[in-house]
Order: sequence, then structure tokens, then C-alpha cells
Amino acid sequence: MRNAFIQELVTLARLHPQIALIVGDLGYSVIEPFADEFPDRFINAGVAEQNMTGLAAGMASEGYHVFTYSIANFPTFRCAEQIRNDVAYHKLPVTVVSVGGGLAYGSLGYSHHAVQDYALLRILPNMLIAAPGDPMEVRACMRYLVEHPGSSYLRLGKAGEPNFHSSPPQVVPGKWLKVKTGDDKRALLSTGAGLQIAMDWIQTSEHSARTVYSMPLWSMADKMAQGVQLSAHEEVLTIEDHLLDGGFGSWLLEARAMTDTSTIVRPIALSPDVCGTVGSQTTLNRLGGLYPR
Amino acid sequence: MNDSRTLAKNIRVQALQMVHQARASHIGSALSICDIVAVLYGQIMHVDPKQPKLNNRDRFILSKGHACVAVYAALAETGFFPREDLLQYGQDHSVLMNHISHKVAGVEFSTGSLGHGLPFGVGKAMAAKRSQQLWRTFVLLSDGELGEGSNWEAMMFAAHHQLDNLIAIIDYNKLQSLTTVDKTLRIEPLADKARAFGWAVHEVDGHDHAALASLLAQLPFETAKPSFVIAHTTKGKGVSFMENSVDWHYKSPSADQLAQALGELNHA
Repeated sequence: MRNAFIQELVTLARLHPQIALIVGDLGYSVIEPFADEFPDRFINAGVAEQNMTGLAAGMASEGYHVFTYSIANFPTFRCAEQIRNDVAYHKLPVTVVSVGGGLAYGSLGYSHHAVQDYALLRILPNMLIAAPGDPMEVRACMRYLVEHPGSSYLRLGKAGEPNFHSSPPQVVPGKWLKVKTGDDKRALLSTGAGLQIAMDWIQTSEHSARTVYSMPLWSMADKMAQGVQLSAHEEVLTIEDHLLDGGFGSWLLEARAMTDTSTIVRPIALSPDVCGTVGSQTTLNRLGGLYPR
Repeated sequence: MNDSRTLAKNIRVQALQMVHQARASHIGSALSICDIVAVLYGQIMHVDPKQPKLNNRDRFILSKGHACVAVYAALAETGFFPREDLLQYGQDHSVLMNHISHKVAGVEFSTGSLGHGLPFGVGKAMAAKRSQQLWRTFVLLSDGELGEGSNWEAMMFAAHHQLDNLIAIIDYNKLQSLTTVDKTLRIEPLADKARAFGWAVHEVDGHDHAALASLLAQLPFETAKPSFVIAHTTKGKGVSFMENSVDWHYKSPSADQLAQALGELNHA
């Protein structure tokens, strides 16, 4: 995903002179193509995420669309108030990019596990979450974010994720994106890297008939659009590599509670058992309860 | 200069009336910066009240957003919006929030949580440098606010990137929320700290219009360095019973106290 990110960012930056990239001293062997081609629009802010984010907001207020880039919780929790006050409250075009969403950093441990980021970002008015499920969705999300400049959060995995689309799909905030056709009564709806896990679910005989959807773009503003989409199904399992509390499934349950739909929503999300446990991403996702029992 | 003194007096009068009517806090913090704000808007900054978004304007950011009445009054007194709008301060559905709001004509950035103004100003200064524009960014901070680490991140960055179009002015009134800065979280030696961080530093009497104007006319103090102005001030300046008292970080003047304060200002 991070390779799709930088390739797409370079492509977009050639067309859009307002795009700038600020990194928090991270991105070795990733960000170089942008830094080399656009030195006037690249900044390494050093290990100082609060300043990085305030700086991004200040530049955005002067016409730039700034992408801030770091890993895990560093560009989000470390500078949460700068995102809340400086970026989102002022509706400035800053895209906060986090690499290593979910448990992608595996054995690097709890400090590097972004499993509460949706909870932080989805409670901010004006903030759009972009959580692509594969590299094609990364490209689609980035094109959307640049065409609709605003405050956003782009959650990436790491590298080597499989593609589930043959080309960048059309993505719309709050709209379910069909990835695999099946029995629409029983749906799987994922966000972010949950898509890969959803595709693993349908390898099991019990769940093979389910239709799989991805929702790569969602926000506070998109809740009311969920009722109609939910009503097309009898049961929806949501899948996300994030804790249940404050996550995507919780967001959908809040949306469901606001509508008259009778659709059953069951969130599949990480249990807090993963917090502090040493293991690979796959081991931790299994420990956290993301796979069928 | 007489104009900026008159402007400062008018700002103080408006600020006192606003906090009295709204029963709001922070009048001591606002009175502390009235002379700095008056010199900036009256003599130093290139701004056009009729075109508040003019591209080549100087940018002003009040990082100590709780002192907003001083800036709201300055903007009204210099024609950004009608003076009578100031009476809406803090009222239901008013744009005049009790911490400075970007929804007010002439205000660049909302603050209220401390430690946000300087990094944002660094971003503006960086944008100006990258696009070879000549306007400057002024950020007014409080002394107690320097406890926020984000300021020191921004100071490192601004010096590293040679942002000599950035000016930080410290409203150094030596008092913060509960007691003195010295007893809370010592910031001395402040000038040495700022110099060590790579800034060009000058100290000035923050209530002396001639000294402020003379100093700020020399910007940037050094090529390729951001400028750091330590403005020595008195919290509550201009109203005898408010000066150097932490009480007026919180209290709102009664009708009698307002009358006394206005009387002092009118006879100063």
C-alpha cells in the first residue's frame, strides 16, 4: 500500500502544484521519489509531530494540500489536538497519513499498533477517514482526496498487500463498494485492511456465499446514508483491524440505531487481548478474534 | 505614534466593556497586550481592513487566544468590522467567541489551547518562503504558554529553515494562571534560550509605543534568522487595581469596577 501511495502521490503532484509532503523523519525507501522530484514541496519536519501538524495546517491555510506522513500513532495520537483544532476545525486541506495501520507492525509492539485510530479520527467534524483495503483502493482514495480537498486521514498498511480490484474503483464517502458478489442477504463489510481478512472469511465453507463489500471512505457525515444500504441485507458482519470500542463496526451500529432498519449488524473487531502481546500481524489478528472460529 | 497610543486606549476601553457585558474572564491578559497590538495594527503590519484577505497582507496570529478582546477591539477600531458588533462578544450565536475565532473578519486562526499559534505561523512563513512572497507572519504568545513543548519544536524548525519572515512576540508579564511564571515553570534565561535555538532576540518595554515601533521597524533583526521579541509587560496594564494580579485572569469587572477602570483610562 505504501508503494501505491507514493507512486500515486507523485503522479498527482505532477498535475497539482499545491500538493506538498511533510514527513516526521520516517519513510526510508518510500518517500524518496517524491522528495527527489519535488524538493520544493517536500519537508522532513524531524521528530516533532505537533509542529509537523501545525506547520501543515499553516501551509494549507496558504493554498497547499499537505500530506503529513508518519507511522502508527505518531501522526495521530501524538498530535491529536493539532488535528482537531488546527486542521479539522479550520477545514484545511491536510491529509494525515499513517503507515502501519492496525497490527501491521506486529512484533514492534503496542507503541506501533494503530488499533484506536478510527476512534480518534471519526469523532472529529469535517474529518474524512480513508481506509483503503488494497493498493487499488489506495489510488482511488487519493484521487478522491485530491479532487475534494479537505481534512482527511489516510490509513495505510505496509507493503505487499494483494489487490482485490483490477483497477482503481470509483469510491464515494459512505458508499459500500462491492468487491465479491454473493448472497446479498448475508454480507461482509470491511474497512481498511479488514478487506483482506474478509476475503479470507469467504474461503471457509460457512461463509463462502457471503457478498463482500469494502468501505474505504467514511466519516461522521455519512452515517445517515447507511440505513438504506443496510436494509438491502438481513445480516451484516463488519470486519476491521481496530478495537471494537470506537471503531468502524461501532460507527455502523450507531448509524443503525438512528434508522428503522431491522438488519442485524455484528461487528468483528479486535479484542484488547492484542494490546501488549508480541506476535506477527497474522498471529495478533487471529488472537484478536478477526478470523472465523 | 499618537495614533497608536489612542488606538491602544480605545482597545482597552472596548475590551473592558466587552468582558464586563459578557461577564468574561482574561481581561488582565488582554490589557497586557493592548500596546503591542496597537503598534502592530497602527504602525507595523501591512493590512487593509477593506480587503482582509489581500494576498500580500502581513499575517497576525494570537496564540494566547484567551486575550482575544484586545484583537477584536483592534480590528473593529481599525475598520475590519463595525464597532457596534463588539457588543455581540460572547452572546449566543455570535462569531465573537471568547477565544479568538477565525470566523471574525481579519482573524487568521482560531486558538484557545496554548502552543498552537507558533507551529501554525511557521507553516505560513514556510509557505511564503517557498512561494517567494514578502509578507511576514507575526505570532503573539504568552510567557506561561512557553511551557508547551510544541513551541520549542516550532522554534527549532523555524531556525533550521531560516524563516526570517517569522516574528514571535512574547507577552512577558511574568504572571500565569495561578501565580508567577518564575514559581510555576521557570523560563529564564529566556533570551539565551531563544538565541540558543537560533533566533535573533531583542527585549523591549511592551508598553512603550516608541520603543516597540522602533524595534519592529528593524525586522528582520538578522537575515536568515527568525525574530524573537521579548516584550516586558504588566498584566492588567492601565487599570491600577488589575495590574500584576492573577485575580484578573479570571474575574470580570462589576459595573462599579468598570466605571473606575474607564475613569482611570480617560484620565491617564
